[in-house]
Amino acid sequence: MSRARPRIGSAVVMTLYLLFLMLPIYWLTNMSLKTNAEILSTFTLWPNDLTFANYRTILTDPSWYMGYVNSLIYVVMNTVISIAAALPAAYAFSRYRFLGDKHLFFWLLTNRMAPPAVFALPFFQLYSSVGLFDTHIAVALAHCLFNVPLAVWILEGFMRGVPKEIDETAYIDGYSFGRFFLRIFMPLIASGIGVAAFFCFMFSWVELLLSRTLTSVDAKPIAATMTRTVSASGLDWGVLAAAGVLTILPGALVIWFVRNYIAKGFALGRV
Amino acid sequence: MAKITLDNLAHSYLANPKGPEDYALQQLDHDWADGEAYALLGASGCGKSTLLNIISGLLRPSQGRILFDGVDVTDAPTAARNIAQVFQFPVVYDTMTVRENLAFPLRNRGADPAYIAERVASIAAMIGMEATLDRKARGLTADAKQKISLGRGMVREDVNALLFDEPLTVIDPQMKWELRTQLKSLHHDFGHTMIYVTHDQTEALTFADKVVVMHEGRVVQIGTPEALFETPAHTFVGYFIGSPGMNLLPAEIEGTTARVPGGTVQLGAAYPGLQGKVEIGVRPEYARLLPDDGSGAGLPARIRRVEDVGRHKIVRAEIDGPSGPLPVNVVAPEGAGVGLDQTRLHFDPARINVYADDWRVEGAAA
Amino acid sequence: MNDKTVNQKAWLLVLPVLALVAFSAVIPLMTVVNYSVQDTFGNNQFFPAGLEWFEELLASDRMWNALGRQVAFSAIILAIEVPLGVFIALNMPKRGAWASVCLVLMSLPLLIPWNVVGTIWQIFGRVDIGLLGATLAELGIDYNYTQDFYAAWATVIVMDVWHWTSLVALLGYAGLQSIPDAYYQAAKIDQASRWAVFRYIELPKMSGVLMIAILLRFMDSFMIYTEPFVVTGGGPGNDTTFLSIDLVKMALGQFDLGPAAAFSLMYFLVILLVSWVFYTVMTTMDAREGRK
Repeated sequence: MSRARPRIGSAVVMTLYLLFLMLPIYWLTNMSLKTNAEILSTFTLWPNDLTFANYRTILTDPSWYMGYVNSLIYVVMNTVISIAAALPAAYAFSRYRFLGDKHLFFWLLTNRMAPPAVFALPFFQLYSSVGLFDTHIAVALAHCLFNVPLAVWILEGFMRGVPKEIDETAYIDGYSFGRFFLRIFMPLIASGIGVAAFFCFMFSWVELLLSRTLTSVDAKPIAATMTRTVSASGLDWGVLAAAGVLTILPGALVIWFVRNYIAKGFALGRV
Repeated sequence: MAKITLDNLAHSYLANPKGPEDYALQQLDHDWADGEAYALLGASGCGKSTLLNIISGLLRPSQGRILFDGVDVTDAPTAARNIAQVFQFPVVYDTMTVRENLAFPLRNRGADPAYIAERVASIAAMIGMEATLDRKARGLTADAKQKISLGRGMVREDVNALLFDEPLTVIDPQMKWELRTQLKSLHHDFGHTMIYVTHDQTEALTFADKVVVMHEGRVVQIGTPEALFETPAHTFVGYFIGSPGMNLLPAEIEGTTARVPGGTVQLGAAYPGLQGKVEIGVRPEYARLLPDDGSGAGLPARIRRVEDVGRHKIVRAEIDGPSGPLPVNVVAPEGAGVGLDQTRLHFDPARINVYADDWRVEGAAA
Repeated sequence: MNDKTVNQKAWLLVLPVLALVAFSAVIPLMTVVNYSVQDTFGNNQFFPAGLEWFEELLASDRMWNALGRQVAFSAIILAIEVPLGVFIALNMPKRGAWASVCLVLMSLPLLIPWNVVGTIWQIFGRVDIGLLGATLAELGIDYNYTQDFYAAWATVIVMDVWHWTSLVALLGYAGLQSIPDAYYQAAKIDQASRWAVFRYIELPKMSGVLMIAILLRFMDSFMIYTEPFVVTGGGPGNDTTFLSIDLVKMALGQFDLGPAAAFSLMYFLVILLVSWVFYTVMTTMDAREGRK
């Protein structure tokens, strides 16, 4: 019964798996640091002719870097709207029973299951008709389709873990609902709010179909900028790779900040 | 069943302990006899769980050895030690039936099915779960689950030792009493070496042959319940065992007389050569309050409060100390009257213990 | 669950969500329903078409083929990602700096925009400039995901495994983290085998979160669009044209609004049906857990 052996086995498994995860990302990074000539002419495992020109192209050209700004704007807007709307609803689901609550909860979840492809065209028409086409708020609202149900679901899970006695004590102490919610309840589920915000950020950031359909110039997300520039300029692999690397960075930063909550967060408060 | 020897054992959770304060478990040298039931008693954080984990093999001590029947098992993993353990909260295999849970330790060791069936039946009878044997463990109440854990711990007959880590915390009081009695009779019948960790003195005193009292990482006394009561080796034992705990009064001792605040007290023995902080300790059971008979015997005292706890009364009194009143507790036996005229406090000289720097000093013949 | 108080005013708290979702889900869905029963010759002139589109769609091979490919895809990736994710979760370090590193690196693919995931694999698999493609070509394997059916499917599946296995692993890991040490110690004392520890301790504790993982993976794989679209564009031929890709082709490419709308509704219904089954199983399991 040696204790060391299984640990070595685990280390091998994890190393192989992380290698599998990192290799494609490494390859992208590798390409982003090469010149197009090197990419196309020789096959090298690391840049022979290290260059930051691809990044310079992106960071100096507004049509590129505004894509990042646009993406970040609508992602943040969506996160704020989703959480703000989901908080009271999640509280209602976790604390009260009311007419049709179970059906309503499932119906909300069904929106998380709705394929964006189904909604792309109607969204386009809806937002065009109300004059919101190509605005950040349009994308932010469209992403609420799947983020609000998710936020309600996650927050409800966390709120269920807070004993009801806390609410009752606060009301006995003369707190109004609003003051109780802001001062006492929200701090208690702060980690849940963080997790829900993380997921909203994540799903809004990675989505392309809706954000591409609902924007053309002013609010065009970076992901869409990438696809269009590629088709136009043909084979500028270096810039494409650099743009790709830059889209990974915000996610990596967010993960770094929430790394200690990831495990619990992924369990959606239900463990 | 085995004798457990703790040889020069100590443990620190720090990598490089500097002084004694860094040790969760101070150096320890003891033989725990084969087939005895021990209780490890102490407040939380006193190191009793650390000691248990070292015995069960979950922790490797930072120094010293642990031997089962003279065989060094310090580096042996838990599975090789052939022990059984019952944890503070129920550990059951939720997806198995009660029967499968009880059979699990035997089945894993490849025991004969007929033998397994027989053991499971007798354990089920003991924990009173024959009726629920074929139910899934998931969905049972916390006490039922804990009973399964107890049963799984006892199902093997050949274990070196049975360890209990505060196993009755989640059991309701009525059931607690019953289970403890069953454990005790089981110990009589099979003679396992048992180690029972608890912070509840009643549990410790009723269960164990020997109680090991721990305080701040140190074993302060190992003794029978009677010894802990009559001659606590450390002021902590006096305070921790008994309810209320032992009365302690600062004293200066000359010959067989102790000068304490308010007067002098006659002792049963002489204590020459005392050093450090000297105190006398008297159990409330050996103190009496009597009316002043004018002879000047006893210490002047005032009654503050009387608590009637059923069989006897606890009198909360106080005497005047150098810096404010000192509380003294007296247990008035059943039927004895308590009145405000009882202003003199008397101690039974033979039952007074003397402590220097918190450790008990044996008296010399007077 | 049963200690909730009945309070119809709770509807007020749900109102903002209802308004938001009504705007972003109900109105568009009504549009879809509307289209599905109308026909148009352009110029925004519509006339009722009854259930014609539904009948036409059900009679044609197009949707059935896409549905078949979709079911096959979802089944394959679930069959790979769930066991693999559980296996990875079991091998993750329990605590310490190394655990944080694993968590961060594993989450990374989850936060990459989906078209970038596609781009990464598009590049990675290219025979001329991609590490994977070039290596396979070097080994003498004929690999070209734009031409060959098997290569295209393999690429799309490996990409999805790369992208999403970590989600299953992280959920499983969260489940494992909630198992107190005493269980493992008890198992050691009982001399349980590694398999028994997994079967009787770890799997039951993970089952709840694994249901969430399977539900999420099913829903998302069933809606997959961007990644395969970027890599294979639905090809070669229609070999990797999954439901969403086909739908977008129909709606935005050919502007066949009626059939596309009918397609959408049936697509949505299939997802709803399966998810409802999952959800019901999950809540029953939750309720059973809660009864302890």
